[in-house]
Parts: sequence; C-alpha cells; structure tokens
Amino acid sequence: MKNIILDIDKLVVGLGKNPSGQRIIDGVSLQVHESETLCVVGESGSGKSVTSLTVMGLLQKGALVPSSGSVKLVREELLTATDKRLRQLRATRMAMIFQEPMTALNPVVPVGRQIDEVLRAHTDLDARARRQKILAMMEHVRLPDVERIFASYPHRLSGGQRQRIMIAMALVLEPKLLIADEPTTALDVTTQKQILTLIRDLQRDHGTAVLFITHDMGVVAEIADRVAVMRHGRLVETGTLDSILRTPTMEYTRNLLSSVPSLVPRAARAETNEPVVLEANELGKVYRERSFLGKAREVAAAKDVTLTLRKGRTLGIVGESGSGKSTVARCIVRLIDPTSGGVRLAGREISELSRRLLQPHRKKIQIIFQDPYRSLNPRVTVGETIAEGPINYGMPRAEALAKARDLLELVDLPADAVSRYPHQFSGGQRQRIAIARALALDPDVLVADEAVSALDVSVQAQVLELLDEIQQRLGIALLFITHDLRVAAQICDDVAVMQHGRIVEQGPAAQVLTNPQQDYTRALLEAAPGRGWDFANFRPVEVAAE
Amino acid sequence: MAIETLPQPSIPVTTPFRPRLGFLTATPIIATATVCLALIIAMAIAAPLLAPHDPQLLAPAQRLKPSSAQFLLGTDAYGRDVLSRIIYGGRISLLIGLGAAVFSIGIGLVIGLVSGFFKWVDAVMMRVMDGLMAIPSILLAIAVVSLSGASLMTVLVAITIPEIPRVARLVRSVVLSAREEPYVEAAISVGTSLPKIMWRHLMPNTVAPLIVQGTYVCASAILTEAILSFLGAGISPETPTWGNIMAEGRAYFQVKPSLIFWPGLLLSIAILSVNLIGDAARDALDPRMKQREAGK
Amino acid sequence: MLGYLLRRILAAIPVMGVVALFVFLLLRLTPGDPAAILAGDNATPEQLERIRTSLGLNEPLYTQFFTWIGKLLQGDLGVSLISNVPVLKMISQRVEPSISIALSTIILAILVAVPLGVIAAWKHGTWVDRFVMGLSVVGFSVPVFVIGYVLIQIFAIELRWVPVQGFRSIMAGFGPFFERIILPTCTLSFIYVALIARMTRAAMLDVLGEDYVRTARAKGISETGVLLRHALRNAAVPVITVIGTGFALLISGVVVTESVFNLPGIGRLTVDAVLARDYPVIQAMILLTSLIYVTVNLLIDVAYTLLDPRIRY
Repeated sequence: MKNIILDIDKLVVGLGKNPSGQRIIDGVSLQVHESETLCVVGESGSGKSVTSLTVMGLLQKGALVPSSGSVKLVREELLTATDKRLRQLRATRMAMIFQEPMTALNPVVPVGRQIDEVLRAHTDLDARARRQKILAMMEHVRLPDVERIFASYPHRLSGGQRQRIMIAMALVLEPKLLIADEPTTALDVTTQKQILTLIRDLQRDHGTAVLFITHDMGVVAEIADRVAVMRHGRLVETGTLDSILRTPTMEYTRNLLSSVPSLVPRAARAETNEPVVLEANELGKVYRERSFLGKAREVAAAKDVTLTLRKGRTLGIVGESGSGKSTVARCIVRLIDPTSGGVRLAGREISELSRRLLQPHRKKIQIIFQDPYRSLNPRVTVGETIAEGPINYGMPRAEALAKARDLLELVDLPADAVSRYPHQFSGGQRQRIAIARALALDPDVLVADEAVSALDVSVQAQVLELLDEIQQRLGIALLFITHDLRVAAQICDDVAVMQHGRIVEQGPAAQVLTNPQQDYTRALLEAAPGRGWDFANFRPVEVAAE
Repeated sequence: MAIETLPQPSIPVTTPFRPRLGFLTATPIIATATVCLALIIAMAIAAPLLAPHDPQLLAPAQRLKPSSAQFLLGTDAYGRDVLSRIIYGGRISLLIGLGAAVFSIGIGLVIGLVSGFFKWVDAVMMRVMDGLMAIPSILLAIAVVSLSGASLMTVLVAITIPEIPRVARLVRSVVLSAREEPYVEAAISVGTSLPKIMWRHLMPNTVAPLIVQGTYVCASAILTEAILSFLGAGISPETPTWGNIMAEGRAYFQVKPSLIFWPGLLLSIAILSVNLIGDAARDALDPRMKQREAGK
Repeated sequence: MLGYLLRRILAAIPVMGVVALFVFLLLRLTPGDPAAILAGDNATPEQLERIRTSLGLNEPLYTQFFTWIGKLLQGDLGVSLISNVPVLKMISQRVEPSISIALSTIILAILVAVPLGVIAAWKHGTWVDRFVMGLSVVGFSVPVFVIGYVLIQIFAIELRWVPVQGFRSIMAGFGPFFERIILPTCTLSFIYVALIARMTRAAMLDVLGEDYVRTARAKGISETGVLLRHALRNAAVPVITVIGTGFALLISGVVVTESVFNLPGIGRLTVDAVLARDYPVIQAMILLTSLIYVTVNLLIDVAYTLLDPRIRY
C-alpha cells in the first residue's frame, strides 16, 4: 500500500459556532494516497467543495466551523494547526485550483508575478532563479510563448491558458497534495480534455496525490483511480473507479449513474410529413462595436444559419461557448433583431416586423432560459407569472389563473403552487414553472436555451423526460440549444453543430453523433468526457457498435 | 454546470410596496436613533405647546441673557427666547428634509425610468444630469436662493435640484441591470407591454434603493438648509431655523457659544439619526448589499 | 492613449455646456426683471440701465447667450457689478487660501481614510469596524461649521494653540501659514474622511469576497500581502472615483469653512457676492468650480487606465 497523503477522519463541519447547528459535513472519512486521484462526486449541496476548503483551511471564518474529526496531511493534523503553519503548508505541501479560471486570478497583476509570489513567500531564491523556475514550470504546463505570457495580464489569456497558469502556480513547489475543485467545469469540452490530460500527466511525473471534486460522471470516468460519492454532507460510498461504475452498491449511486444521458443517440423516431413550423433562412447577426475616432469593428455572432423545424420534432443546436448558438435562439424569438436573413414562423415572415406588428406572433414561439433562479421575477407569485402571457392576449384573469393551475399539474407541480413565490421552489421546480409559463400561450415552437444546463443530473433527467412527454402530448416543436452532446443525443431528432457563428454540420442525430462527417464534430465527440462508458447500463460502451 | 453553493440563508420576500419596518430597532444604536428622531419630530409638531415663549417676540431689554428660570437657554441678541426658537426651528429643518426627499425621488424616479428605457432620452438626460452634478450643491443652492428670494419654497427647490441627478442615476442603473434579467426577457417574450414591464418587473426593484436614498437625501437636505441659513442665504430669521439661529449666533460666538452649540447639537442628532436609519434600511432592504455580504 | 484622452476631453464639453446654459438661464428665467432682481429694491433707473447694458440684457436671448459664451471662451468672465473690477482678477487675488486648505484636506483625508477603511474591512464585524463606521456616520452628519466652532473653542480659545481666525500667505513664512491652515483643514477633512473611509471599506469588502483573494490565500502568502497587493489594488478604482465625486462636496465645504475661519478665499468671495447679488461673480464661481470638478474627474478617468489594465482606451 502506498503512503497515505491526506487522511480525513469523521470530519464534521457545522454552520456557525453552535455545535448543535446544521451540519454541512457530517462524519466524512476519506483517504488519498500518493500518486492517486480520488474523485469526490456529488450534486449541489453535497458538501464536496466545503470538504476541500476545510483541508486548505480556507473556510469563511465564523460561518463554517469544523467541530470534530481530524484532517491529517502526511500525518500532520491540520484542523488544530496555527494560521502561520497553515500558510507555510499551502503551496508547499498542499495546493488548490479552482472552478473559475476567469475570476481566480488577480486581474490587475501580470500572471508571471502572481506565480512569483508563491516563490517569494516560500523560498529564498533570487529574482533570476525564480524567473527561470517559473518559465520552466509554464513550459511544463504546455503554455506557448512563455516569455510573453509571463508578462501578460489575465484578461489577455483564454480560459484554458488561465487554468494552466493556475496549475503552474499550484504545482511550482511540487506539493504532495493537489486539490482540484471542479477545475474544468467552466471550460469548453475540447479545453477540458486538454486540462484533464495535463493533470493526469503531471501527477504521473511527480507522484502527486490529487483530490478531484466534480459533479460530472464523464470527468470521473476520465480521471479517477478511486471515487467517493457524497450526498447531503455524508459519504454515500467509496470504491475503485471500476467497481463504482460497474457495481455500485448504494441506491443513490445507481440513480446518479442512471441519470447520466448516454452519448449514443436514442432510437430515431420515424420521419414525418407534418407541416414546417419554423424556418430560419441565412440568418445573420453582426455586432458593430462603434468607437469614436476609430474604425468600427464588426463581429459576426451568427452567419448564414439555415434551419427547418417540423411540428412535433426536436432540433438541437450544439456548440461550444461563443459558437453563436444562443444568438441564433434569441434572434429567432426576436429578443434581439437579426441583421440579415429571415425567420418564418408558421409560414409568416417575422424577422422584420415592428414590435407592434410582432405582438400577435410572439405567442406562437416561447423560450425557456438557462438560469432558473433569474428567469422568474422573485416578487411575483407563480400563478401571476404563468398567467401573465394569457392575460396579455386578452384572457380574463380568473380564466388565466385557472389555466395556470392546469399547467402546473401538467408539469407535475401541485396546483396550490399558484399562490407561492419562486424562492420557495428548488432549481428543478423553478424550471418546471418556466416551462409552464412558456406553455401558457399554446405556442407552436418552444425554444430551450441551455434549459437543463444549470441543473443537477438527476433533476436534468426528469426535466428532459417532462419536455419529451409534453412534446408527445401537445405535438409542440422544440428547438433545443445545448453545449452538452449527451443531452442532445437523448432528446433531439436532428442536430446542427455550430462553430464560430456558422453551422458546420447538420443532419439526423443518429448520423451526426455516431458518424460525423466534419473534423470539428469529430473533435467535439472525441473530447466528450467518459465517452467510453455507458453509465446508465453500468458497462463500457461496446466497441462493436461502431 | 451545476455549481455547488453553500446553503443560502432564505431571503425573506418583501412584496413590492410593503417593506418591513423591523430594521428600525435592529440594534440598540439604531433603536436609539429611531427614538431620537421620533422625539425630534414630536417636538417639532408640538412646538406651540412646548415652547415657553413666542419665538419671534423681540425684547430689546433682555438681550443676550444667560440661562435663567425664565429663559432656560437664555436669550439672543434681540432678546428672543433661545429655547423656544430652537423648538420651533426643528419644524423648518424636518419639513425641508421630508420635502426634498419626496420631490427629488418623485422627479428622479421618472427621469431614471425613462432614461433607463429609451436610449435617445438617456443620452440627453444623462448629460444634463452630469452638468447638474458638476455644480457644487451649495453654490447652486445659494445662487438660486439669492436670485429668487429666500422663502420656504425657493429654499426647498434650491436644495432639491442638486439631489435629483443622484436619484435619477440610481434608478437608471437599477433599471439597466434589471432589464438584463432573464425574467424581463421572459416577460417580453410572453408579449407584455412596455409600461407593464416597467411597472411590474422594473419599478419594484427600485423601491428598496429609493427608500435608502430617500433617507440620505433627507439628511443631506437638512444639512444644506442649515448651511444656507448659516451663510445668510436661507430663510429670513423671523422664522427660526436651526441654521439661522446659529448664523445669528456667529457674531456673539465668543460671548455666548451656546447660541451655536444647542442648535448645532440638535441638528447633528437629527441628521445622525436619519443617516443611521438610512444605513439600517440599506442593510435590511437592499438585496444587492445583502448579496455582497453573503458572497464572502 | 492620446485618442482616449481626446475622447474624454470631448465628452466633458457637453457637461460644461450644460453648466453654462444653466448658469445663463438661471438669471434670465427667474421670474421678474433680472436687472431689478440684481439691483435690489431701492435701485434708481440709472442703476438698472447700467446693469442692463453691462449684462447685455436688452438683446434677444440667443444673442445674449452667444455673446456671453464668446466672451467666456476668450477668458472674459465679465466685470463685478459692485466694484467694477474684472471678475477674473478678483478671483485670482483670492485663490491662495482656498487652494491651500483644499489641497491639504485632500492629502490629510486620504492618509487617514484609506488605512481606516482597509482596517475596518479586514476586521469586518468587530468593534474596530463598528467604530470606524460610527465615526464616518458622525463625520457625515455633523455640519462643517459646527465642527469648525467646536475645534475653535477647544484649540484656539481654551488651549490657545493656534490663532482663532485669519490667514497668512505662505510667502510670509511656513509657520504662520501652517498654524492658520491647520484647523480649517481638520474641519474640512471630517466629511471627506467619512466619505473615503466608507467607500474604501465597502470596496475592500467586495474585493475580499473575490475568487482571486481566495487564490492568494491558497498560495500561503501573508495576510498583509493579501490585503495590500491583491485587495487594495483592486479596490482602488471605486475609492478614486469617490475621491473625484466627493470633490463637489469639498468645494461646498471650502465655502463654509472659509466663512467660519474668516479666510479671504474664493468661498468668502462667493458668499459676499451672493449677499450683494453680484451676479457676474456668482456665475463665474459656478463655472470655475464646475470646471475644476470636471477636470478632476477627467484626470481620474485617466488614472483608471493606469490602475486597471482591463479598462481599454
């Protein structure tokens, strides 16, 4: 057995100093060995991030307090260590990288100096030796053009480059333990794959123990040696990667795995000859950055986008951030005005209608947004929110509220929810309310803009199921915008892949996602984490299927 | 992108126009401020009952008398009872504080809402607001008063004008950020008309910041009125205000400092109370502030 | 950079235009005959006529405006109605006391307020924090002249450390200058300290919640390093902003402080002009102080680009 680097034993972390207060972490025990990656996986509120911050001693003072248990780093107790000792240990024995590379670096200090601070705090090297060491480390994390990047401010770098800087900063003094808290969640899949490979390789070279926090089973399958599943501040089970993925013993783990959508597209539905309800013709959106005394810069967020959607079908638009998929969605529902091309809704051109003339057509197309916490007005009751649309189109109030009750039942919420406020509901429930609001106008087309991306996988699975059911019942057409190929594979009949504002490939989901014709689509599929596993069936994907 | 968050303390819902008043006694200091302000308001309202003498009664024989049983705080240079003048003086200060708060918020709200929604109005309006903000408020106020003569109304107008841009900018910024919220976009896509979006989805966001701003305007208006009077550009000394009692006391400062001390003390307590209540209101009502506190 | 500067200067022009228009219309739109307002109740017809010609009040409104603006642009601020001295000359004779107390106040206030704000934010929620916040509310609430008289009472009358009132030019030696400037400076600093300390604390609290501060702590650097190198540098932009917008407050404060301490500065000049309804002086002072305010804020905009590399120009 290899050396134990991190040993967490029966850790309890409570809210506030009161020992009988709510426990955020309740009796968690974990070990991480040398050269091993332990993935802690769990949904929101499972306490996985709090665990990692406890180890680093970075919990907000007074708000979250470890009350019992022990945390040992190479046999040294951390919970009782002085602030001074903890400062010494940070970066030298244990280091951490965070979720948001965009905000984790100080915006007003060049990145080289930020790494330099670690060396100045913990070593006696002179300026030249420090610089040598930093440049070497930056090359080690495979940054290009290190001299230039050394002197750059964070906002000049891409998300992937910033995360590499964070990794260089964390590993420059070769700590025994690296804690990575969702380090790839904010990155696009292709960048995510590179960062995961980098962490793997560095770990192999240096024998670092890695505590890797994530919510994504795909990432777990890529990087873990062992897995710990957490829920509500407790440990559900631990085991080797293989045993957790193949033979999970606990019900919760099984459910969690079953909720992960498969990358293999679902069985194709029969082609239909239903009428076309939505068409986009060479749709384009150009942003002009007007600048005084300078040339106007033009940025094409979307270009020549042509789509067709029939009644009762689902069309997915997939792509990485900045691909223009959301711009297309917002142009289609006319939240922004397209600069070229046309949108035909039920045979009627709507892209050039004025606000007033558009009004009767708005009700035919409705949208669901990504963030369920911000898409409902916190000061308006759920019933009023849902009834707002029908009332706008002349339905009497009482009738509209009755309709709101019916819709709430349709989305599996109790009808008495009408008189409650949004904050009384969970994220998944709020997304159901948003769906009910969109359905209240009996639209022909429903646009879902990353509508399940902010939800935990188990909730995500339920919402996807609901959307599918609603489509079956009402024959509604669905335009589904997502960055997640797994989700797209499970809900779409057709898929359009976007990159740099253009559609690079379009066709039936089964074809695009299993036999892609374009390099970019292929690269996206390659990068999808955990593509070798069929989580829901507890087995690897059969290679024979290809 | 399930972002793990710490359990959020549940945020109490405040329905649009019924903010909770519990914050007025949140801490002993704020409770003290609330009581002080209440006492000062009561004193001003009940001035005719409380004042032992007529504040305007001239008695040349009794000039600059020290404290005595008859005149508790002595008399001023015209032989008027200082205590009575101070009791009456609170009336003008509070009236101006309240008036300036109400008018600047009313006007600022309209300007801010309109600028927040219509770009072409915004461009013009914000330049005008910038211009008004560039003029130091005291200079603007004394210029207005010196030209139109010092009456309660002109002083109120002179004090209100410089406060309007601050309110308008606040409302505008709240509207601009609220506009970006997905729930406003959702309202647009269910066909809600512009006035209704403003009234239902944007206005409620401005209530809490405006209550807070209102208290600050009130405090600053009371202060400005006192300064105007002090500089000799305020309401004429026949009507006593804390500011003009002190202004008249300047000449006799070395002989009788209490002419400045007592009104100055009451003035300071009044402004301090209003400011403290404003801070408490901000902590209790302004959700942006709360997020900031919770974000740490 | 040059383009940015030019753009900022051009953006300041409409602001000054609004100020000029306001000042111009203030006199003309006040109900009643402007000349009569300025001359007072007992004016003779000759006096009224003299004021009318002096201000060009007999011309149509737009001619008046453009003639006036034209003169302004040539640096002609008009002539005092009372003393017949050119306004510009009157102002230039009286700027020294005002600039002296304004500058010393800014320096003193920043030196005191920024450390106070940083410490309050660092010790957030403790008695230190509450003390600083309490001090700042008091600073906001007690009128400048009340503070002034309290300080005079204590330091000039009771302790006799400094003269009660008056001003000596710095040319006459630093000692006499300093001893007359110190109390006004302290008086005026109160409100400015309150303002800056409050903003520093709020900005620091914001920044201390940022991810990069957590990163800095995770690096194991000292708490002072976290506070100064990471937090304060990022909090600088809002703090500098409030120093700029607070300038209007400072100018108002100068007017009052000069009256309290009997300093022969431009604040006194303004008050005297207001009491005498010497409108050319009043309008010149409003224009001048607004110009200072706009210029200071222009410089601060430029300072942003040095402090925050993300702000592009």
